[in-house]
Amino acid sequence: MIKEYKSISEVAGPLMLVKDVEGVSYDELGEIILPSGEVRQCKVLEVNGPNALVQLFESAAGINLLDSKVRFLGKGIELGVSEDMLGRVFDGLGRPNDNGPEIIPEKYLDINGLPMNPAARDYPAEFIQTGVSAIDGLNTLVRGQKLPIFSGSGLPHANLAAQIARQAKVLGGESNFAVVFAAIGITFEEADFFISDFKRTGAIERTILFTNLANDPAIERIATPRIALTAAEYLAFDKGMHVLVILTDITNYAEALREVSAARKEVPGRRGYPGYMYTDLATLYERAGRKKGFEGSITMIPILTMPEDDKTHPIPDLTGYITEGQIILARELHRKGVVPPVDVLPSLSRLKDKGIGRGKTREDHADTMNQLFAAYSSGKQSKELMAILGEAALSDVDLLFAKFADEFENRYVSQGFETDRSIEETLELGWELLGLLPRGELKRVRDEYLDRYLPAALTEISAHHESELIDDRKSCSLEDGEA
Amino acid sequence: MFDVVRVGEHGLIGEVIEMHQDQASIQVYEETAGLGPGAEVYTTGAPLSVELGPGLIENIYDGIQRPLNAMLEMSGPNITRGINVEALPRDIKWEFEPTVEVGAIVQGGDVIGTVQETVSVVHRVMVPVGTGGRVEEISKGSFTVEETVCVLVDDAGRRIDVTMMQKWPVRRGRPYKEKLVPEMPMVTGQRVIDTLFPIAKGGVAAVPGPFGSGKTVVQHQLAKWADADIVVYIGCGERGNEMTDVLMEFPELKDPKSGEPLMKRTVLIANTSDMPVAAREASIYTGITIAEYFRDMGYSVALMADSTSRWAEALREMSGRLEEMPGEEGYPAYLASRLAQFYERAGRVIALGSEGREGALTAIGAVSPPGGDISEPVSQATLRIVKVFWNLDSTLAYARHFPAINWLTSYSLYIDRLMPWYAEHVDKDFPELYQKTMIMLQEEAELQEIVQLVGQDALSFADRLKLEACKSIREDYLHQNAFHEVDTYASLDKQYMLLRLIINFYELSLDAIRQGASYQSLIQLPVRESIGRFKYVSEEEVPTYYKNIAEELERDVRELVSKGGSAE
Repeated sequence: MIKEYKSISEVAGPLMLVKDVEGVSYDELGEIILPSGEVRQCKVLEVNGPNALVQLFESAAGINLLDSKVRFLGKGIELGVSEDMLGRVFDGLGRPNDNGPEIIPEKYLDINGLPMNPAARDYPAEFIQTGVSAIDGLNTLVRGQKLPIFSGSGLPHANLAAQIARQAKVLGGESNFAVVFAAIGITFEEADFFISDFKRTGAIERTILFTNLANDPAIERIATPRIALTAAEYLAFDKGMHVLVILTDITNYAEALREVSAARKEVPGRRGYPGYMYTDLATLYERAGRKKGFEGSITMIPILTMPEDDKTHPIPDLTGYITEGQIILARELHRKGVVPPVDVLPSLSRLKDKGIGRGKTREDHADTMNQLFAAYSSGKQSKELMAILGEAALSDVDLLFAKFADEFENRYVSQGFETDRSIEETLELGWELLGLLPRGELKRVRDEYLDRYLPAALTEISAHHESELIDDRKSCSLEDGEA
Repeated sequence: MFDVVRVGEHGLIGEVIEMHQDQASIQVYEETAGLGPGAEVYTTGAPLSVELGPGLIENIYDGIQRPLNAMLEMSGPNITRGINVEALPRDIKWEFEPTVEVGAIVQGGDVIGTVQETVSVVHRVMVPVGTGGRVEEISKGSFTVEETVCVLVDDAGRRIDVTMMQKWPVRRGRPYKEKLVPEMPMVTGQRVIDTLFPIAKGGVAAVPGPFGSGKTVVQHQLAKWADADIVVYIGCGERGNEMTDVLMEFPELKDPKSGEPLMKRTVLIANTSDMPVAAREASIYTGITIAEYFRDMGYSVALMADSTSRWAEALREMSGRLEEMPGEEGYPAYLASRLAQFYERAGRVIALGSEGREGALTAIGAVSPPGGDISEPVSQATLRIVKVFWNLDSTLAYARHFPAINWLTSYSLYIDRLMPWYAEHVDKDFPELYQKTMIMLQEEAELQEIVQLVGQDALSFADRLKLEACKSIREDYLHQNAFHEVDTYASLDKQYMLLRLIINFYELSLDAIRQGASYQSLIQLPVRESIGRFKYVSEEEVPTYYKNIAEELERDVRELVSKGGSAE
């Protein structure tokens, strides 16, 4: 029998103290029945003798100490899941929000999930073609990876995420693909951008949306990503789908976490965020992946806005330590009109090495990738030097690198939000750009690949534009030839 | 204190960490959702211990030594609670080969027999610490780890049954006879480490760096190529996929020494970031106790802990829950002393027992400082203890210069002690070469500052040559591609030859410039490209390749000198 308690003794912010309870356990789900008959959800944070400290998932407005009742349900928060959820919109706690019918759940799942046994994981190694050169060519995304987008206020991260969701595919064959989208404390307009983009492209049919908007209760946000991931796990591991999870914006989630922590008067870590934020974020991010013996996978793209574009702020910092790389957007590139403004040098995909190469993309992918990185980095340095000392102070090779850096930004990175480049196009473009440099500088590429791929790029270029620079490079390669 | 207890109906594993009169605080190693007042707690009466014996190698454990593969079979791909699994497989029969005879007098630590645990590892079965006596019975044959293989009779006439399995509490270091000073390098095949910042067998090193700077790749490279007999790899609060990577890759890779798969010498401890925090705290002790056990057998053991920052955070989380007074950044005041205790368990020792076996435990800890700022408490406490510091630099990482170990700020305090070894075993010029390289890199940094201000043309040809040579050191020598099948490992001889070539180029050219040769033609010598390709030359072809290039280099430079400075 479920007991109802009328012994709420304190309500403060998102926390509530219930006295004289019996048989209540840690992390248990509770329901608060307001005098009006409205029911709200809450969770047990602490049980101290007969007192239970409870965290609300919704606003505390309207709770009064005398007439409100609490009952504990003897289980954690669960989400009823079903395949019918595809194409529907839910609120931040998983209740239908689109005037559609209730979902008839196939089963109920605990939203906290369980840690995945490392021995049961299957290593992500399947290349996902996003059609974005800066990602496919240099920071390759693979199935089962968690790759966040580090952005700032005012940068077009939503467009990039929508582009990835729209274009992402695995080479060689259609497969069962779905998107789970969780809006965590973002504005109506931003959420609407995604929804209308999904509708425009028809992707909505295979998408589940969870929306907790900026004016919804902040503490609900603690549950929203977990609910979304539970739905994703169901689709991936019960239904064998390949699920792309987009969580936006993690910064709002972390702030909700801080709100609860502050209300509990915990010892704060950096910038007031709780000391356990790393572990807490890890329990979200680590739910991405593949499992041995299961068809489906969860690929996760969390989006976070870095306060003041500061990468060392605790939220991006801890995220970077958990996720397998990051795509960083830069304000400077955005202002220059580079679309998408991906700053490739600090961006990174840790799993790229297993997802590229012969049989996956192309044998020369790894070498060209390293070479493009190295060349772009030298090019940026040359440009800095040029800004201080003027062009005359640079050696010929440095000038070539500087030119390379410009071309790289304008042609390779900047492709617009509508262009869908195949991996071959991306690689060819890379070779074309590397053709700007003398062959002797291409130390990161194996000779055999230089022989096979570089000349093709070479003729293509000289056909396109004849310039002094090219002559310069030719004379260099001539010398090599003599040796 | 520190007794292991079982909590609640699931029998969750916990440990008593604080006692106040009739109250005890228990750290529970599993998720505690669903526990409430009135749950029952039983004590097991023993501190948190690990099982030591055949079956450790090739296994993967969680933070409290539960085998993850067995858990996978029992509870599926996700870790449920209250699973009770034996650490060492009980059903496997091992071939026990006695090495002592009936009547022999043995003491704690003496080897009484061996088991071929894997093709690479001979497991030496030792008399448990604190026992000893005359061998009464000992038998050859197949036994499980729980069966008696030997019976001892001690001085008081008591019979002691010795099995192949021992237990040892993780928070206590295993005793040894004597600690020695490290004097041999642990060769890792990584050029920047072996040449510039070597670590000694029995030494301790720290690798701090911001995310994305390649800490984990450095750790993996060391675990793969370090010339240790046994590798213990602790994934402490890190990514699940990283452990999967190790699990899938190590059985494939071959040990350059034995030619056997690397997994045959590896023990893995995986407590990933989504697994319970308390077990993360225990994981590094579990790992180092296993490492000490193999050290006591007389092996050279390398232990990698990735990352100690996550361990410190687990400590902080628990300290917060205990409402202790926080020290710096919320970390408990005992952070530094706990870290020191952990690292001090490394070292080169003479093991217990009458034979005087020598074993070494080398510990390498990754540190993940928030924002890459090493002024934070965990990095600082670590730096006070370790002798080798490989500072990973995000600027190098962005330029994809890996390993991104900054050559100006890193250091190794073993260098003086190890150089005689290098002189004896690699080449007598090695110490000199090392000195030259370090000085050149230092001077390069100074020259770069000048170039930033006035441009390269303002420098003398000699200085510009130095910059070119240093560029070659950086790009051709220090940069090493961990994912290239040849470049991933370089033997000491290959390292020496490559560095020799670069330095030779510099010195010969410097001479040539003084004699009037053209700077432009010197730096455009085609032989330089061959030097650049040297690192991709496989080990067998290295000596001939080296000879050819060395001759070509000398010939070309001589030719240029005879031509004189026509170009300028």
